[in-house]
Amino acid sequence: MFDLIKLIALALVALIAAIAANWARDAAYMFHALLIMGIAAGLFLWQLRTMPVPGDPITPRTAPGTYMDGPVRFGVIATAFWGIVGFLVGTYIAFQLAFPALNIEWAQPYANFGRLRPLHTSAVIFAFGGNALIATSFYIVQRTCAARLWGGNAAWFVFWGYNLFIVLAATGYLLGATQSKEYAEPEWYIDIWLTIVWVTYLFVFMGTILNRKERHIYVANWFFLSFIVTVAMLHVVNNLSIPVSIWGSKSVQVFAGVQDAMTQWWYGHNAVGFFLTAGFLGMMYYFVPKQAGRPIYSYKLSIIHFWALIFLYIWAGPHHLHYTALPDWAATLGMVFSIILWMPSWGGMINGLMTLQGAWDKIRTDPIIRMFVASLAFYGMSTFEGPMMSIRAVNSLSHYTDWTIGHVHSGALGWNGLITFGALYFLTPKLWGRKEMHSMSAINLHFWLATIGIVLYASSMWVTGIMEGLMWREVDANGFLVNSFADTVDAKFPMYVVRALGGGLYLAGGLVMVWNMWMTIRAPQARVAVVATPAE
Amino acid sequence: MDTYSFLRQLADSWVLLFLTLFFLGVIGWAFRPGSRGLHDDAAAVPFRNADPTEGDRDDT
Repeated sequence: MFDLIKLIALALVALIAAIAANWARDAAYMFHALLIMGIAAGLFLWQLRTMPVPGDPITPRTAPGTYMDGPVRFGVIATAFWGIVGFLVGTYIAFQLAFPALNIEWAQPYANFGRLRPLHTSAVIFAFGGNALIATSFYIVQRTCAARLWGGNAAWFVFWGYNLFIVLAATGYLLGATQSKEYAEPEWYIDIWLTIVWVTYLFVFMGTILNRKERHIYVANWFFLSFIVTVAMLHVVNNLSIPVSIWGSKSVQVFAGVQDAMTQWWYGHNAVGFFLTAGFLGMMYYFVPKQAGRPIYSYKLSIIHFWALIFLYIWAGPHHLHYTALPDWAATLGMVFSIILWMPSWGGMINGLMTLQGAWDKIRTDPIIRMFVASLAFYGMSTFEGPMMSIRAVNSLSHYTDWTIGHVHSGALGWNGLITFGALYFLTPKLWGRKEMHSMSAINLHFWLATIGIVLYASSMWVTGIMEGLMWREVDANGFLVNSFADTVDAKFPMYVVRALGGGLYLAGGLVMVWNMWMTIRAPQARVAVVATPAE
Repeated sequence: MDTYSFLRQLADSWVLLFLTLFFLGVIGWAFRPGSRGLHDDAAAVPFRNADPTEGDRDDT
């Protein structure tokens, strides 16, 4: 009966998508309608072929006694894949900034900087980071609760549904569909789809926690849960919009003016705080103790870290709107909370680093631990830099300059990137039943490629950011501005080249990792060994 | 009083007081006497249940 309902629903979706493609008002909407039509039709056929024939004896389902690692395996591969896509697009647009001729004429408007830039940010944050978060949270919640993922195939729906969201968002950007909100560019129907997927994710995660056999909910799960709940809230409020037509991708925001700006940066900064910080801290609180082989330095500190982060982060958004129409009290509030936030951030960093107490030699001997330690160091550095830049006087120099870009990347490449690589190196052998990664020296190479890449990136952006900030405010004896905007663009060229090279190194490190993961999963040595055994 | 002023006043007084007390309560709770054993046990969670058959232990 349920199978039949599924068949009817899939047929209806395919039909409505076909109608939508016919009536579509813009290219992005039509492409997405055709995509959904194809997926629904494919699922319809698959469902039809796998349905039991009426009258056949029903095979009783046995409750599986193991953890559900299928979606985690797919998530690990998706993380690596989207990581390469995101790094590649990022490196390309970095070269576009240095050499504008790379905005190739025949590929306009699809491959210009303006459309590729949101593709890059969404690919690295939501596709690479998001898949990493979903995969690791599914892995960790099962092990720390001693319970299988709740909801059966719902975890598969979360994985495929989330990746469909990414494909819809990315192709939408290239075809010109965007609601022009930074990190929240996808249009209304993609937002609705993500909401459905995300609520399912919450149910799967909560259901697993409720089924737990451990008495205590381990702190990593608190961070993951706060990440899931808060992102749901942020996403829904910031994407309140009314579509111009249900047959088109364009929508109009419900909020206007400064209210819209404040909502956007309340969303934007908490996307950093809960997506890129709380969720990744969940990874940190599991993988660092696991890889170091000793429990977290202070469990009490982890509780205080959690609550302080939750209480403080939510207020920090207004620091993105200094010197705007936003009332001064709101901007000051954001600034003060950003500075207080420094304390829990460093508390968490210290908690992670001190976990290695008595095992510091592992930094030398274990490249995965080295990745985690470097990641925590970058976390500490960018959570010091961020509060400093949120101070109004510093912000007057740094805002709208490349310093901001450098800050974001030292956090994203250093903290989020390195901890995700460490997690992938931890998970890949475990999930595919191998003893360890194929090549330890390749991990070492990856570590150095990534670290040198970040250093080149961050330092060139500091130089160019502060330089252009100073050039913009330089006045002569009569009070006239000395430099035009184009003068700063011209002066930044060498730093742009260095930045793009840094990005290239980081991408190269990612490729080394993908090769290493490929070799680990394929395990050529193991197979060779089997072939070489004489058949006696 | 319009909604904005009402919410501002509420946020600046009672809600601020409630959130501050809640936060201090959380810190106090973490440091309560006798919690060390529980915290040590919780900190050891990642080292149990690597495979699900270990999860059948009964320690409630």
